[in-house]
Amino acid sequence: MNEPATDAAASARIRRHSRSTAFWSDRLFRAVIIASASVLGLLVLFFAYELWQSSTLSIRTFGWRFWVSRDWDPVREKFGALPFIWGTLVTSIGALILAVPLSLGTAIFIAEVAPRWLQQPVSFVVELLAAIPSVVYGLWGVFVMVPWLREHVQIPLEQRFGHIPLFQGPAVGVSMMAAILVLAVMIIPYITAVSREVILAVPQSQREASYGLGATKWETIRRVVLRYARVGILGAIILGYGRAVGETMAVTMVIGNRPEISLSLLQPGYTMASVIANEFTEATSPLYLSSLTEIGLLLFVITLLINALARFLVWRVSRGEVRY
Amino acid sequence: MQRKVVCATAWALVVLAAAIVVGCAPKKQASTDSASKVQITGAGSTFVYPLMSRWSSEYAKQTGVQVNYQSIGSGGGIQQFKEGTIDFGATDVAVSEEEEKTFTRPFVQFPVVAGTEAVVYNLPGITQNLKLTPDVLVDIFLGKVKKWNDARIAQLNPDVQLPDMNIVVVHRSDGSGTTYIFTDYLSTVSSEWEQKVGRGKSVSWPTGVGAKGNEGVTGQVKQLPGAIGYVELNYARQNNLAFAAIQNAAGQFVLPSQETGTAATRAALERLQQDVRSSIVNMPGENAYPITGFVYVLLDKQPKDTAKSAEMKKFFEWVLKDGQKIAAELDYVPLAEEVVQMSLQKLAEVP
Repeated sequence: MNEPATDAAASARIRRHSRSTAFWSDRLFRAVIIASASVLGLLVLFFAYELWQSSTLSIRTFGWRFWVSRDWDPVREKFGALPFIWGTLVTSIGALILAVPLSLGTAIFIAEVAPRWLQQPVSFVVELLAAIPSVVYGLWGVFVMVPWLREHVQIPLEQRFGHIPLFQGPAVGVSMMAAILVLAVMIIPYITAVSREVILAVPQSQREASYGLGATKWETIRRVVLRYARVGILGAIILGYGRAVGETMAVTMVIGNRPEISLSLLQPGYTMASVIANEFTEATSPLYLSSLTEIGLLLFVITLLINALARFLVWRVSRGEVRY
Repeated sequence: MQRKVVCATAWALVVLAAAIVVGCAPKKQASTDSASKVQITGAGSTFVYPLMSRWSSEYAKQTGVQVNYQSIGSGGGIQQFKEGTIDFGATDVAVSEEEEKTFTRPFVQFPVVAGTEAVVYNLPGITQNLKLTPDVLVDIFLGKVKKWNDARIAQLNPDVQLPDMNIVVVHRSDGSGTTYIFTDYLSTVSSEWEQKVGRGKSVSWPTGVGAKGNEGVTGQVKQLPGAIGYVELNYARQNNLAFAAIQNAAGQFVLPSQETGTAATRAALERLQQDVRSSIVNMPGENAYPITGFVYVLLDKQPKDTAKSAEMKKFFEWVLKDGQKIAAELDYVPLAEEVVQMSLQKLAEVP
């Protein structure tokens, strides 16, 4: 590189190159990325179309009542999705309420507070949690968490607060509560890892300016770092929520699979993803199959709505209309 | 640096691909060398899968004929067979008359083996076999009998100290032949069950929690005191779960086992000769266990590949004769001799 001769030769080569191939390679590259982007877009459209197409029988038979009916009787072919929608929303929102403070705390600790030698090990452990397959979480849930939860949490809760609908018994272990806990554990690593990256990306000058103005560490983190990183953190939370809504295996194993709407966290429930996974293989009648597909369609729509809401929030936050 | 890594990865991929190609090549050659060997493909019932694998490996040892079986579920097995993508289907629930009309080509179905379902429970300190009558069993699963020390259970089991504990019903959450046979039994013995719930691979359970698969129900019952559920007998045996003696149609309390299951298949013979689809739950006979079901095989009557069909016929002949002993080893229920004869007659319809 230091020798002027090679330098000149190189630039000559580049010039020649750009005249001949670069033009074509640029075009090719452009075509390839446009193709890959449109494949994804088309895939989403195709999914939506296919789901709609396969659920027309159910849509025609039940109409809007499908969304508000509590029946799920494969023998008499009466289907309604409300218990599954309820279960999906309760478990995913519950998991988010538990996971967000814990994840943010961990992320701030790793990025801002922990000594350097501790940062790597803690991050590593958190990322390890993300790599565990969901069926393993399910097994752990069924054999370790659920029995412990029943003996040490649910039965005492039921005895003391059983008169409140939220903790009505009988406690059997598998329940909405168990599903919320497993989901929370599963989404914590996602929210933590992404939030940590976002917080680490906050420019050092921001922190220094804050300290320079006499702010304490707490004030700097709250007012400067978190404020700067809020859009990214919101993105992390949405990513976690997406995982919680769609999680199937681990939830099925601990939720009790009962299509019923109950206010009690100790009662079993059911989610949309779980019922599809459970009943799809043996659903042979066209209406049954179509109803399961319509649940898939609803899940698709709900996910779309959540994403749209999240986009809207990000947009508002980045415009600075929401203050905290 | 970055580039080096990319290069290394690319090379690793190339080498891997080459290895796969090289690794596969000799196999391919081997199979073309012995072109005479037939490959039979089947799919369906998950319940029969462990036995089918054993059958196929034993049969391959003796004859060299390969039988591949995929446990995709009974419904899937019927579907795949209907579409002609597999050579035979296996199902826990016979193809109904109505369903048969949707088939475009003639086929034959017959039982190859049976299974019994145990009613398992978890009562701390109680290992003996509780006695249950059909009406008590129905009321437990309807959620009417709520406590283990209920007078009706206590009356049947005077020598057992029953605890004051809630009964928690554990059922299958996934659609399954096991559930079909169990709810078929409950519907047969109780008109109330038949009207309120009915029979099916998935039903709307009046009470309880759902778990996925026989192993899920087993696990749930094992760790939940007060739980009651239904599983295939081998799951109950292998996990040391206590199971109940059920009162059969002859008024006897019978435990699930190979003998009592085989007795049920023998008692069903007359009905089967009239209609091979007949349910065999709650069969008469002193020693017949009431919650018993078959695994049926579906075969083409007008196969495209007659050579393959002939091989398949030989395989199922072997299954119905020698295969029954292997079934007994694996805790399945061997068919009664008379039922074997009936199945062989059905098999003879295949060219």
